[in-house]
Amino acid sequence: MLSTQLAQLQQSVPVGLVDADTVVAGFDDALVGGFARVGDEAAAALAALAGAMAGTPLHDRVTEAVGKVTAGSFSQEDLASLAGARSALLGAAHDALLGQFDAAVGRDRAPRAASIGVTVEASAPRGAARAWLHETAVAGWRGVDHDLLSAVGAPVEAALAEPGLRRLAVLLDGLAAELRASLPVAMMSQVPARRWADLWSRAVLLAQDWSGAGDVETISGRLFPLGVDIHEHGTAIGVQVHGVLEPSDGQPARLVRTTVVAAKVETITGPAVWRLLQAHPVLLAALAQRRVLTVTDLPLHGGDLRWLDGQARVGEQADPFATARLLLAPAIAAATAPLDRHPAAIAEPVLLEGYTVRQTEGGLTAEWDDQQILIAVDRLPAAGPLTPALVAAASCCLGLLRWDDGRWLVQPLAVRATVKRKPVEAHNGDWAEGVTDPKVAKAEAKAGDAVAVLRERAGRLLRR
Amino acid sequence: MTDADGNAWRRRSVLAVVPPARARKLAKVPFVELADGRLQGVVSSGSDIERVYVSSLVAGTHAYHCSTNNNRPCGGLRGAPCKHLEALADEAVLQYGVDRVARYLRVDAGDGVGSGTDLLARMDTRHEPTPAAVVFSRFLRHLAYLELPDSTTALPELHWFPATGAVR
Repeated sequence: MLSTQLAQLQQSVPVGLVDADTVVAGFDDALVGGFARVGDEAAAALAALAGAMAGTPLHDRVTEAVGKVTAGSFSQEDLASLAGARSALLGAAHDALLGQFDAAVGRDRAPRAASIGVTVEASAPRGAARAWLHETAVAGWRGVDHDLLSAVGAPVEAALAEPGLRRLAVLLDGLAAELRASLPVAMMSQVPARRWADLWSRAVLLAQDWSGAGDVETISGRLFPLGVDIHEHGTAIGVQVHGVLEPSDGQPARLVRTTVVAAKVETITGPAVWRLLQAHPVLLAALAQRRVLTVTDLPLHGGDLRWLDGQARVGEQADPFATARLLLAPAIAAATAPLDRHPAAIAEPVLLEGYTVRQTEGGLTAEWDDQQILIAVDRLPAAGPLTPALVAAASCCLGLLRWDDGRWLVQPLAVRATVKRKPVEAHNGDWAEGVTDPKVAKAEAKAGDAVAVLRERAGRLLRR
Repeated sequence: MTDADGNAWRRRSVLAVVPPARARKLAKVPFVELADGRLQGVVSSGSDIERVYVSSLVAGTHAYHCSTNNNRPCGGLRGAPCKHLEALADEAVLQYGVDRVARYLRVDAGDGVGSGTDLLARMDTRHEPTPAAVVFSRFLRHLAYLELPDSTTALPELHWFPATGAVR
């Protein structure tokens, strides 16, 4: 990504984005207080949400739902309508921002071909989740208490038991853990209103008796990894590999992502999390050794390549920076599934070069002559070798372009830096097969093997 | 990043509301949590590998209890928290930091409190038997996470949960 492209990206905010953001913020503030008693300010915010749906098929339903919530007598369906309206607004914001990005860097994006999904048979875990989300909306974040948080245990456990509901389970578990750690919310100096409303709305949508479309095609070819984005909360670890897939049938290369997620507990953290992903040795080898992957008949759903480790082989060395330089620009990206669209879901691989890093009031920024972009140093995982110091010493970075709180940021996935006059290169996936930094490895060894201790305890106590 | 109104969090989708738990040795106290209005957890017996103690301390009232998972009271409870409760509090402070534990239990940590044992000493604790089953089943559920199968379908909600903590 060139500084001229960055200039084009950052010169303006899409039309309507600020208005949409204001409407969403009003809803988010209303949810802080809860819907048990809707005051004047919250009623106005909800009315604005309904107003923002004017001219869309959602308008009548959302207007009716807002009326019921404001009157204090509402159903789970009414809450689903509100969550849907909020998601539609943020989905539109996502589309506008991503359109601006695509125009700035010249990225081709294939439109979405798959159907939106189908209704499915009612399931008990979904019903339990909806009931909990309803109670939470009534209480508001300030009204959440220990009892309400203990009550999320049953829906989470039930959803975890069904592989098809993993998304809902992981989301609810992450939200509940955060709320639990924040009690009493009334005592918090600031409430993360946008974030919790994001998570609540998404959970409401995932808890509907509905299923997204399945895999739409299978694909074979060579996958060149660009970098790995690591996600983690107390009970989940996910790695999402961004890469360029060259199909074996000679079709144009595609920009794809593949994800593996494992359950964990919060005491397993740092580089140890890689050991929870050992069911995917081929993927881990490709990441740690920076190699290309040959994949056969993997299901592809939009830009999401479903990982099947047994259908992949590790090939020759492939430098991700070279991949970014040569293969990224012509690769065709895919549109995101409609209900997954949200500015926070924007994660576009970019290569940034020839910048200097400066410490500013807002944090580290990458700067060119006339341009600058904030670096998301709070997204550097403990499971990899990138540190704020290394990022600050770099002049070349492979990262993900993201949007949050009204500005673009870059999240580094790999950097090339000069440390003590020597070139250093570090990638998030470098430790996928074990820590390669002797100092960190020593600290790890000293802390002991959390996975082994817990597996021993599980073996002794769980099956009785 | 904070501003004067404490509004910096208001419109951010992605931020670390809770700092990640810190790694600690798990052999002695495999499970600690701040949940259900209690500091609670499981302490491995020093003498019998098959036995564990279930210890808990209620936030606010500071009522404590310790027993085996079969509800046999801990022999170390003689009018004061036993060594299992001290170990539990110490490990909780390692895992979450003293501020978070103190805030959850609603105790004024004050200066010079570094360990969980220090924190216990500042509380007006009293003994009140509670069934071990609730805590023990939470521990079993905790362990059961490690038995769940992996998932290879996309999980877009994880964009809200970036791995963090690279400070070395």
